[in-house]
Amino acid sequence: MKDITSLEKKLSGLEEQLKKYREVLLANLVMIGEIPAPTSDENRRVKFILNRFDEAGLTDSSIDGSGNGIGVLSGKDNSEAILINAHADTIFSAKIDHTMQVSSNSITGPGVADNSLGLAALVTLPYILEDMEVELNRDLVLLAGVKSLGRGNLEGIHFFLDNNPFTIKGAICIEGMQLGRLSYSSIGMLRGEITCRVPESYDWSRFGDASAILTLNEVINKINDIHLPKRPRTSIVMGSIVGGTSFNTIARDATLGFEVRSESQEVVERAGETINDIVLEVSSKTGDQVELDIFAKRTPGGIPYSHPLTKCARSVMETLDIEPRLAPSTSELSALIDKNIPALTLGLTMGERTSKTNETIQIEPIYKGLAQLIGTILAVDGGYCE
Amino acid sequence: MSNLQSWINKNTYHHSEFWDLMKLVEAKKKKNLTISLCLPTLNEEKTIGKEIIIFRSELMERYPLIDEIAVIDSGSEDNTLEVAKNYGADTYLASDILPNLEPKRGKGENLWKAIYQLKGDIIVYVDADISNIHPRFVYGLVAPLIHREEVKYVKAFYDRPLAFSGNVRASGGGRVTEILVRPLFSLFFPDLTAMIQPLSGEYAVRREVLEQIAFPIGYGVETSHLIDVYHKYGLEAFAQTDLDKRVHENKPTQALGKMAFGILQTFIKRARALGVIEKAEHETILRQFQARQDQYEQNLIEIVEEERPPMIEIEEYRKKFKK
Repeated sequence: MKDITSLEKKLSGLEEQLKKYREVLLANLVMIGEIPAPTSDENRRVKFILNRFDEAGLTDSSIDGSGNGIGVLSGKDNSEAILINAHADTIFSAKIDHTMQVSSNSITGPGVADNSLGLAALVTLPYILEDMEVELNRDLVLLAGVKSLGRGNLEGIHFFLDNNPFTIKGAICIEGMQLGRLSYSSIGMLRGEITCRVPESYDWSRFGDASAILTLNEVINKINDIHLPKRPRTSIVMGSIVGGTSFNTIARDATLGFEVRSESQEVVERAGETINDIVLEVSSKTGDQVELDIFAKRTPGGIPYSHPLTKCARSVMETLDIEPRLAPSTSELSALIDKNIPALTLGLTMGERTSKTNETIQIEPIYKGLAQLIGTILAVDGGYCE
Repeated sequence: MSNLQSWINKNTYHHSEFWDLMKLVEAKKKKNLTISLCLPTLNEEKTIGKEIIIFRSELMERYPLIDEIAVIDSGSEDNTLEVAKNYGADTYLASDILPNLEPKRGKGENLWKAIYQLKGDIIVYVDADISNIHPRFVYGLVAPLIHREEVKYVKAFYDRPLAFSGNVRASGGGRVTEILVRPLFSLFFPDLTAMIQPLSGEYAVRREVLEQIAFPIGYGVETSHLIDVYHKYGLEAFAQTDLDKRVHENKPTQALGKMAFGILQTFIKRARALGVIEKAEHETILRQFQARQDQYEQNLIEIVEEERPPMIEIEEYRKKFKK
């Protein structure tokens, strides 16, 4: 590994220099954030992003077969590439108000952190690098990936990784928050829904003793009783519940959204099998339809803590006074890991109320977050991470 | 085709015609023009930051179309001025400009004082309460002034049918426009009915015109501008640009009543001064707007208010009731 000290010197003062791009970055953030982009309906947002790539003079920008927006900033030697990825979709429906509100030190709006800020950094990066006269050795491939979240199940980035013409030497995924986040490994994961339905032919004269919610409650109790090991670390997140229609009608259907996460693939699979058994058991006991739909899986993996890429990112963070917070990820990082591409996920600023319509990010830490991103790109580009 | 229809065809634009900002900036440079953006404010902390960020980024840093952004405030009690200053706008309290004059409070006052305070050959006014702000709110309005020297005053209108079946649809302005201003213009200044939204708060104007017209300080400012510019320079001085959708808070009917009252005062003052009051007796055509795909056309409706005399004057009536 090359000595990174010379690069660290370059980074001093970068944070301050980046302040002059405030308006351009924040205008991109607001304009991207105000275009709704629920998973599988990111088209308008991606078109806007492409437009920005075109304006920045990225001649090879295009929308691929899956709908991903791709921009390429050519390097001096274009035989190898660095991939920067930000997912383009949000968890918010197009029906909700996507207005962004800008105050002196923060910006509030649905999806502002997850992931409008990541996308804003992605589209502003070519503008900043050109203005700062930074010329990279490798191609910088900028990917606004679609169909990433929930049922999207990373479809966009999978398509890109299967079909792109580049030799990707390293990848950085960017997320709005939190600054300091450093993910370099993926944990095992299984994501699904359990739906309970009271059958159409149900005898309604059996007053009050049938409800899809009660049946789902039975399922939930049983899942809660599953014994999980302390090591390898494992958890089951019961993240959402939807069911019924009003106060006084028996609920005809109810759905639980859940995720099993573990450091061990075997434990994830075992928990998945147990949940399947629970579903069959409750269904036969109650006579209700109970269905399990598993639509996303990840296998654990990643680069080690001592990998040169992780080391580089840590020293860039230390130089900028950012305390690294190590956390595994189940997002796009795992798609890159599956392809054996050394990859990291970085956060850009501090914020709060994540996943709420009043999600808020702080403006001031963004410069540090951007300096960290540019520093890591320069480290990968300069061959410090090999 | 009537003269008015040919004016509409020639002087009505859609902002998308001016998307090429590079070309617009070149044309502006060639004509050696300077452009100032004025945002009149009163308690607008929720929207002002975003407006300034977007205009500065898109129309100053990326494409140098505007030369200054100024917020002229009527005395906000919230953080409007602090937020505006933080994002690099020049901020002024209206009462600090021309301090020797007796201060008045109203949006028109801020617009008027901008002429003194700002430097541009063109001043573009944009309300600060627009939540879906976009650079088109500025470039869509200044572009006709840059490209055509005879145009002096460009007004915004907002027309964006999201779903419409059929060939022809109604178009035009808000409630006060359609109930008050359009009928008044149809009676007294039929040419001015060619403006699709005469009351819109966004417009770009040449300094040489602004310095020549009076400014009501309240609700009547837009109406008076149209009448005065029309009187001095004729309809050819105007153009209008469709800026698509504008999202802002809707006003309750009572507030519209106040607005209508202010407009009516301004209107009567001008109609009297210009001696057009008698005209009302001859005009019987109400001119509304409709759109056929992308073409705007006037819909002329003849409304003749005939009257019957008091019943007592009818002989048959008097006979029947022995009067």
